[in-house]
Amino acid sequence: MVAEADLQTVDMLLNMGPQHPSTHGVFRIVLTIDGERIVDAEPHIGYLHRGTEKLCERENYRQIITLFDRLDYVANFNNELVFVMAAEKLMGLEVPERAQFIRVILAELNRISSHMLFYGAFGTDIGVLATPFMYGFRERERIQQLFEAVTGARMMHSYFRVGGVADDLPDGFTAHTRALLDELKRGVQECDRLLTYNEIFLERTVNVGAITGEEAIDFGVSGPVLRASGVPMDVRVAEPYLVYDRFDYEIPLGKNGDCWDRFWVRIEEMRQSIAIVEQALAMMPEGPFQAPVAKFGFVRPPRGDTYARAENPRGDFGVYLVSQGENTPYRVKIRGPSFCNLMALKRMTVGHYIADAVVILGSLDIVLGEVDR
Amino acid sequence: MTWADVGWLVLSVGLFLGFISFVVLFLTYAERKFIGRIQQRLGPMRTGPFGLLQPVADAIKLLSKEDLVPGRADRFLFWIAPLIVFVPAIVIWVSIPFTRDIVIENLELGIFFVLAVMGLSIAGILMAGWSSFNKYAMLGAVRAAAQLISYELPLLVAVLGVVMIAGSLDLQVIVAEQNTVWYIVLQPVAFLLFFTAGLAEVGRTPFDIPMAESELIGGPFVEYSGMHWSMFFMAEYANTFAIAVLTTLLFLGGWRGPAPATGWGQDVMMAFWFLTKASAVILVIFWIRATIPRLRIDQLMSLAWKVLLPLAFANLVMTAFYLFYGWPDWSIVLLSLGLLMATVYGYYVRRRSRLPRPVTVKLRVRQGRIVG
Repeated sequence: MVAEADLQTVDMLLNMGPQHPSTHGVFRIVLTIDGERIVDAEPHIGYLHRGTEKLCERENYRQIITLFDRLDYVANFNNELVFVMAAEKLMGLEVPERAQFIRVILAELNRISSHMLFYGAFGTDIGVLATPFMYGFRERERIQQLFEAVTGARMMHSYFRVGGVADDLPDGFTAHTRALLDELKRGVQECDRLLTYNEIFLERTVNVGAITGEEAIDFGVSGPVLRASGVPMDVRVAEPYLVYDRFDYEIPLGKNGDCWDRFWVRIEEMRQSIAIVEQALAMMPEGPFQAPVAKFGFVRPPRGDTYARAENPRGDFGVYLVSQGENTPYRVKIRGPSFCNLMALKRMTVGHYIADAVVILGSLDIVLGEVDR
Repeated sequence: MTWADVGWLVLSVGLFLGFISFVVLFLTYAERKFIGRIQQRLGPMRTGPFGLLQPVADAIKLLSKEDLVPGRADRFLFWIAPLIVFVPAIVIWVSIPFTRDIVIENLELGIFFVLAVMGLSIAGILMAGWSSFNKYAMLGAVRAAAQLISYELPLLVAVLGVVMIAGSLDLQVIVAEQNTVWYIVLQPVAFLLFFTAGLAEVGRTPFDIPMAESELIGGPFVEYSGMHWSMFFMAEYANTFAIAVLTTLLFLGGWRGPAPATGWGQDVMMAFWFLTKASAVILVIFWIRATIPRLRIDQLMSLAWKVLLPLAFANLVMTAFYLFYGWPDWSIVLLSLGLLMATVYGYYVRRRSRLPRPVTVKLRVRQGRIVG
């Protein structure tokens, strides 16, 4: 027998992605591994770069909304929202209250559907054969059917306009949504019970990829990942936008900042989003759904610049908008939460096992469309 | 050996090969249907009534696919590895009895032979992983080697308890000895150990770590396609069925069940009970696959060496005492239940110490302001 210390071992480079089932798109990470343990992790991004920010400088304001749909393609409404908010802020536009409520409802429902995608993908990452995936997609399907009824599209809605929304809600929207919320409550409960306290699930997620609150802030992490580390930061509360200052809800916070906390935070957030939508439905007034400017689409913000941000499912999504007073922006800078959250990946993975890398990446819940832009 | 013997041998081997192939095909269909139901979908529906022809369609697809060999692979090992996995998976059926009378060649060392031959397949998996010239395959093969060798031990020691009580390695005798009480009653711990280690042995969830779809993309089999891949696939399902069948034979009374005392009705009922019990075990395996996450390799190892193996030895020693001093049957039942309860209690204590619920908090927001 040779003692282990006498053996000459060599670290191995393992290239994960861009074609790999658990990298959530075209993400590539080069792992240096010592046996099963990760010594170094180097993320490579850019496989889905489409030059969105540059494209924004050529398209007019209404066209740009379609580009924002395609950033974080599982949270379309939330993206559209930030861009139209930025333009409205620059124009000093007053958005009709009904439109604001419509936006809140759709954005929160979109948060649920996005977290449901996370739930499904995370379950698959952790090794359950597609059952959480199917559960998650069942709930998503219900939400998407509602979206389709409202906007005519299941994903790329292009529904928000600078100054309001494109069209009023369809007949029976409130009743339909209330029924949907009841189904979603049951669905979230079912998803929760399937995984959250499963013994093996706990084994795989607790104390895996833990990151402290200070570190998370240093990395610029935001959203559920940040809150899982115990930092009470939610843009909806810190800088209330739309009508978010009228609702009662709870913000779940984790403590250890590990994968389980991130998972739990998202599950709870779905419940809170349901509560917000319920309140918004009750409070939604009648009235116009868009300011006159939205109807004709002549959006020409005055010369100047502004920054708008909102709490997306993945975190703090920001748009820095510079206008020269023309019908196209001069510059649009996007702060993508997925991109910033991804920065902490290396810190989280090094020292863990290969299997954990997949789980940690899943717990960050990145969408490559927004990372690469 | 007369010509009649040779003819009978060829016929029975052919029949059994056909039967095993049919079982494997049907298992893939059953698994997809069953898991489909769990996942609130229908499973295959388009090929034939209720998608019954789906396995046939799959087989045709696999047969007609190109058999790719990676450019820098070790061609000979790459080619022969699936056979080395596939052959043991079939050979074990030689000595597995289906009813009292239906068996190709009953061996006195039946269970020993079966488990020994099953352990051979690891060589093929290692060869597949090594020869593929792929890092994922290599990692998967190394994982498989570690896993199968670790789980062989609790599996064998769990079987020993049953063998000691039955006083024979002959599967026929083991079933015959269960005429009063099934061994699941006398050896509940061994049953759980055997089932768990068996899952690990054939690489089913939650122990599908070598294949690890989400990390290693299929592990040792990642470079395989066409017929060679389907051999691994068939071996996996044949082995899954073997574990279910062995569980039935060793613990669930084999083909015992209400049946007429004589005549052909007896054989039919024996086969019926046997297949029913085996199917029930198979369904549990599918159920586990659909709902339980995968363990990590280090957790898998510590489970094998720190939990399963000590339990298996405790069970063995307990059974030895029971047999040596000739204690009554109920004493072994009580002892087993005690061991089981101690295990479950230990599990709950550990689980409660790890449960993360109390460390998380929620902030209340009223009218957009955090109130505590």
